[in-house]
Amino acid sequence: MTGVNWVALTIVIILFVFVTAVGFAAARWRRAQSMASLDEWGLGGRGFGTFITWFLLGGDLYTAYTFIAVPAAMFATGAVSGFFAVPYTIIVYPIIFVFLPRLWSVSHRHGYVTPADFVEGRHGSRGLGLAVAVTGILATMPYIALQLVGIQAVLEVMGVGGSNNVIARDLPLFIAFAVLAAYTYSSGLRAPALIAFIKDFLIYLVIIVAVVYIAVKIGFGASFDAAQKKMATINPVSGKPTGVFIPPPAQYLAYASLALGSALALFMYPHSVTAVLSSRSRNVIRRNASILPAYSLMLGLLALIGFAAIAAGTKPIGLDGKPNAQLVVPQFFENAFPSWFAGVAFAAIAIGALVPAAIMSIAAANLFTRNIYRAYFEHGVSREKEASVAKVTSLIVKLGALIFVLSLDRQNAINFQLLGGIWILQTFPALVFGLYTRWFHRWALLTGWAVGMIYGTVEAYHQSSLATKHFGSSLAQVPFFGKLGYIALTAFVINIIVAAVLTFVFRAVKAPEGVDQTEPSDYYADEGDPRVQPIDELTADTSRASST
Amino acid sequence: MPPARGVGSLHTEVEVAEPDRTDRQHELPPRRTGPLPPGVLVGAGVLVLIPIVALMWVGSYSKATPKLWGFPFFYWYQLLWVFIAAACTYLAYLLVRNARRGGGDR
Repeated sequence: MTGVNWVALTIVIILFVFVTAVGFAAARWRRAQSMASLDEWGLGGRGFGTFITWFLLGGDLYTAYTFIAVPAAMFATGAVSGFFAVPYTIIVYPIIFVFLPRLWSVSHRHGYVTPADFVEGRHGSRGLGLAVAVTGILATMPYIALQLVGIQAVLEVMGVGGSNNVIARDLPLFIAFAVLAAYTYSSGLRAPALIAFIKDFLIYLVIIVAVVYIAVKIGFGASFDAAQKKMATINPVSGKPTGVFIPPPAQYLAYASLALGSALALFMYPHSVTAVLSSRSRNVIRRNASILPAYSLMLGLLALIGFAAIAAGTKPIGLDGKPNAQLVVPQFFENAFPSWFAGVAFAAIAIGALVPAAIMSIAAANLFTRNIYRAYFEHGVSREKEASVAKVTSLIVKLGALIFVLSLDRQNAINFQLLGGIWILQTFPALVFGLYTRWFHRWALLTGWAVGMIYGTVEAYHQSSLATKHFGSSLAQVPFFGKLGYIALTAFVINIIVAAVLTFVFRAVKAPEGVDQTEPSDYYADEGDPRVQPIDELTADTSRASST
Repeated sequence: MPPARGVGSLHTEVEVAEPDRTDRQHELPPRRTGPLPPGVLVGAGVLVLIPIVALMWVGSYSKATPKLWGFPFFYWYQLLWVFIAAACTYLAYLLVRNARRGGGDR
């Protein structure tokens, strides 16, 4: 790899400028009377239909890092660390089909903007709400940082950023994020919602072309054969096979627990909840649960690029001259396609980073504003003030992610993201069980959360791999099972056991239960339902509709 | 919006431009809210459980044969479940929607 790929770079820049224009124009899209509320800035007016929600959630959940990391994992170590993403993104939709409509209803009725808002209102516990909010922010920050890593991978393969000069090296990334921050600030959730259309169109185009290319030029059979051979090769350093082609019985638990744990965790992430709450009705969510798997098919095919790259002999070598599996997808495209199409693929990945990064920063900003600022600093804060606090916070969050990536080792971002997945799953009992029952005592839920967080963090810290001494794997021995399993899921089970046992204890000592803001009918409220409160936002809708 | 909102109605919800939300609300048929009838709950519950159980049962598909277009069984079988799972979830959605809309009398 020598020099800069100017054709590809030009295509990327053109598409990036186009997306930027769309991002700023989004402020006028589905225009509200005022953007100065979290309902408008942070949830896009809470009125997205099936079609927009499909693009928004697809753009949100299937991030640039996913596109980089899943094929990279397939390339490096095979099925257990890579292909589990397919069952994971299949079973996530039946799971959300069950509980998300309830969360939508109760959030609509009470004007909840974040998952922590609901937890606080349901359990009558600001502390539990704070725990959920802080976990959400902690888990989201490294995730945003990883989107930057995705952009970096593309830039690196294009030959940009090879300079030893720190400013020249990171300038493209800095510009990309400054622009992203600016239109997120002005347009709120509308910007990523509109850009998601472009992102998903490009991604689908690139994947379809790649699949046809693999089928015709390399052959799927040849790809699988090459992968099987590589995975069976004994690694000279560890003395074990390089990876897993088809999981043996000893790895069933690892494979299944990675899929299940990740699926349960996905919609605990604040950015997922943000996209869901921006939808118009319960049925929009349910319909999306049955059409979002289209993205899972795409992800599965994308994962196979990792195997095709093995057959094609792709050599993902960074600008520093060291092998880096994260570069395998961009490198594959650069080798296989003419520069202009490689440029389209790179742009798809880079834009694929911008959409989730925007939604994540909005979600983190919503959490900070509602569950930290409003809960602890200014209780009677006005809607306008809330929106401006959130806008500024979204800038700070992105700046934080940028500093994170530029100052720390890339491995740190990956480690923290691994931890983020473990952490975020620990908010499941308070949120999802809370949607159905108040049987769990609020203090028991808080303790269970804390135990799960600590167990998961310590376990993850102790996992070593050839590359790193700590945080080397998301798998660890499951107690009493003697097999490897996903740490997040083990921590989750411990979390539930602790919460259940302590519930009996707190009941026995008659610890105060806290006040429940919600009532049973809140969990069924729907669009057009007279019981959905006529909150200000709906009144604004009426005047908007009548003026057209 | 046409009164029939059957299986093919997915596309009637498609919208990019400013939606006319207030008008739509008048046309929506009356809804049943509250818990679903037990039969619907069980039916939808089974439908959403099918893909989860099938994919958690790794032993049922962790093998190389029979191959399909060069894909080992392990790989094409899981990709096939994308479609089966989508169908299951969509059927569950239809069950729930009809129970809500028709008040259970159809």
